[in-house]
Amino acid sequence: MRLLLKSLVSTDHKVIGLMYAVTSLLFLLVGFSLVLVMRWQLAYPGEPLPWVGELFGAANAPGGIVLPEFYNQLGAMHGTIMVFLGVVPLAVGAFGNYIIPLQIGAPDMAFPRLNLASYWFYLAGGIVMLASFVAPGGAANNGWTSYAPLADLAPGMGQTMWLGGMGLIIFSSLLGAVNFITTIIQLRAPGLTWFRLPFFVWAQFVTSFLLLLAFPPLQAAAILQGMDRLAGTSFFLPSGLAVSGQALSVAGGGNALLWQHLFWFLGHPEVYVLILPAMGIVAEVIANNTRKPLFGYRLMVYSVFVLGFLSFIVWAHHMFLTGMGTTVSAFFQATTMIISIPSVVILSSLILSLYGGSIRFTTPMLFALAFLPMFGIGGLTGLPLGLATTDIPLHDTAYVVGHFHYLVAPGTIFALFAGIYYWFPRVTGRMMNDVLGRIHFVGSFICMNVIFMPMFIQGLAGVNRRLWDGGAQYAHAQGVVGLNIPMSHAAFALAFFQLFFIANLALSVARGRVTARNPWQSTTLEWGDAQAPVRAYRDPYEYSVPGAPADFTPQGEVA
Amino acid sequence: MTDVRGYVAVFGGLMVLTLATVTIANLSLPTGVAVALGLLVASVKAALVVMFFMHLKGERPLVLWPLALTAFLCLFLIIFVLWSESDHVQTAGYRLPATAEFLPTS
Amino acid sequence: MHGSIPYTAEVRPDTGLTNPKLGIWLFLASEVMLFGALFSAYALLRSGDLAWPDQSTIVSVPLATVNTLVLISSSVTMVLAWAALGSHRKASPGPDASTPTERLGRYRLFMGLTLLLGCVFLGIKALEYADKFSHGLGPATNNFLGLYFTMTGLHALHVVGGLVVNLYLIGPGTRMWTSDPTRFANRVEVAGIYWHFVDVVWIFLFPVMYLL
Repeated sequence: MRLLLKSLVSTDHKVIGLMYAVTSLLFLLVGFSLVLVMRWQLAYPGEPLPWVGELFGAANAPGGIVLPEFYNQLGAMHGTIMVFLGVVPLAVGAFGNYIIPLQIGAPDMAFPRLNLASYWFYLAGGIVMLASFVAPGGAANNGWTSYAPLADLAPGMGQTMWLGGMGLIIFSSLLGAVNFITTIIQLRAPGLTWFRLPFFVWAQFVTSFLLLLAFPPLQAAAILQGMDRLAGTSFFLPSGLAVSGQALSVAGGGNALLWQHLFWFLGHPEVYVLILPAMGIVAEVIANNTRKPLFGYRLMVYSVFVLGFLSFIVWAHHMFLTGMGTTVSAFFQATTMIISIPSVVILSSLILSLYGGSIRFTTPMLFALAFLPMFGIGGLTGLPLGLATTDIPLHDTAYVVGHFHYLVAPGTIFALFAGIYYWFPRVTGRMMNDVLGRIHFVGSFICMNVIFMPMFIQGLAGVNRRLWDGGAQYAHAQGVVGLNIPMSHAAFALAFFQLFFIANLALSVARGRVTARNPWQSTTLEWGDAQAPVRAYRDPYEYSVPGAPADFTPQGEVA
Repeated sequence: MTDVRGYVAVFGGLMVLTLATVTIANLSLPTGVAVALGLLVASVKAALVVMFFMHLKGERPLVLWPLALTAFLCLFLIIFVLWSESDHVQTAGYRLPATAEFLPTS
Repeated sequence: MHGSIPYTAEVRPDTGLTNPKLGIWLFLASEVMLFGALFSAYALLRSGDLAWPDQSTIVSVPLATVNTLVLISSSVTMVLAWAALGSHRKASPGPDASTPTERLGRYRLFMGLTLLLGCVFLGIKALEYADKFSHGLGPATNNFLGLYFTMTGLHALHVVGGLVVNLYLIGPGTRMWTSDPTRFANRVEVAGIYWHFVDVVWIFLFPVMYLL
């Protein structure tokens, strides 16, 4: 308990990184649990959820049968929690905070107290979000996208708490972004020139710019929606709007699409915030486990900047069906197609990095290798969504859900698993168990594909997303709605396989094999001797250098 | 004390520009011209504050580049939101309400 | 322990920046996007509205003009406060051979004026708001007033934030002038950069909300 309290006020980046890690992993568990309830409902619509169904209360699930309104809460909060409270805090808050200063040879972040404040705002935002479940009216139930006018007018406190929670989370991210950028620019150790930085640091650097500049418009939008909900304004409410047959007594003159623009201005860069740190982790793990430098390192660096920049100017491809004219749609379609180029360059470089390598199939490497084709599927399935005409039948269908889940689940989350298995010995001095790790990997890999691949089929058949019964009442869905059953079973199995990971973490912290400083024989600075003053003498991935005494030469080792 | 003189000079310029913008606003110019002039004067005032009070004139490129990116993105957001909402699909007989009063189809 | 973070007070040679100087500009970049998004909302809502009110009949141009002059004045007193510390002139001392105490005194004068002018600004804003409310006008009346209250309100909150920081820097914060004058002057400069930004936002809010 005392340790917990001391951790809550520590300004040490490693402690803060661990706080982020523990908190975000718990949120991932919560977000995952929410979707397990949804998946039951999708496979067996209208049937009582066994064991836990009654716990949700009569307002949400009378007799254990999930009501549509509750399903919507689960859906909205699953997305919100996974993206904003789970994946990004883990990828950026945890990995970034812990690893960046070590990899650049800095004593800590540039602003340690600001770092602690970032964590507190994140935690506060998360608590507000969780509390919304028990608020009058339940949690927000308007999708993670909170579109106006539905979200504007949603009764109860849930949506308002969503806005407040988002405000806190966004502020946390802004402070964090300022910290990360300043740290990377100012606190690199002597000798660590820009092009000697590990790719992980570059990825986090660009990610921080995305957070810094893309989040504020959502902050603004949240303020405006908050005003609509609390102060009676009508920023997003057009004139003449009627709800349940009654004309709304507001001034009107608002524009619901304004919300969409401001949301997606963040929303699109946000998905690159989800993927870039993952690419960074995969790059580190691949270089280490092929015993050779990354292929096309410089090109990858340039690509990640181009990717970051372009991510700001593609957002309206989420709005192709809002009635935008052909010229505007063509513009955003073009930028969306162009952004696939740096994306493919990075993926290709990672794949080509394998060629000629002495591949070690360690547990982190398994996850990193699986990331490559999974990210490929996710990316390729995005192409028909990015083209305005093919988006017409696919928009808001299960196809979209499959597309982005391939990128985030067997994509980013696999990369995060790789990072945890990889850096665990650096954090704890112990190794995680390999057998449990491999079971975790194989089970997760199979299950994720069984869950998400059929979504493309369902989407192509025209099944809408966010349907409480998975489309069961629609004639056009009859041929594919049965797929929900194996998909849901795979989701339950996926939960089972995470137990191996959780058990592995707990057991390894207590009783994992104690290891020397650099068990993976890595070259980057975070594996060096922490006490000595740090200086970089060479590039980050000097593996298998001809004539060198070992197959790796650490960056910080004197020449 | 020369930098103090510089600050006072900028202050004088800002005062003059403020009074100028109020005067221009009273001239009942066509809307487009009024908006353009108003924003232009505001931009000049802002530039004076940013360059001289905030010492951006002569600041390092490492600061200038992120700010240039920010300025670009800010303008892009404003312009493209306006463009996206003005370039709407129109089909005969049905007018998208957008932000105007909802009129029955005619 | 955290004095051990390099470049907190001294400049890093290859970048020419201190951490706080870089940090505040990055933070302001995010603030530009925040207010920029609100301006984009204004542009969209106004351009699409056939019945946008004549703003100058609802809000008081003379009062806001005074307020603009007040805020600009506070900007100049802020930069003069920093200049009074003289820390940027260590290379060329010049004819002004004042003592640190004298410089602190001049700094306090100008910072005090900044605080005073900031409070006047808020006072006038409070008058404006009260006037609206007393006539039954509020953010819900129409989108112009909605944006007026939201944007000037958010701006006013930023003014309050700046005043809190400046209050610290004229009060307990001055202890650092004796222990680490360069670092104190840097803090004043950074606070000044934030304060000037708040002024810049008003420089755009004033014509948009009152004149156009």
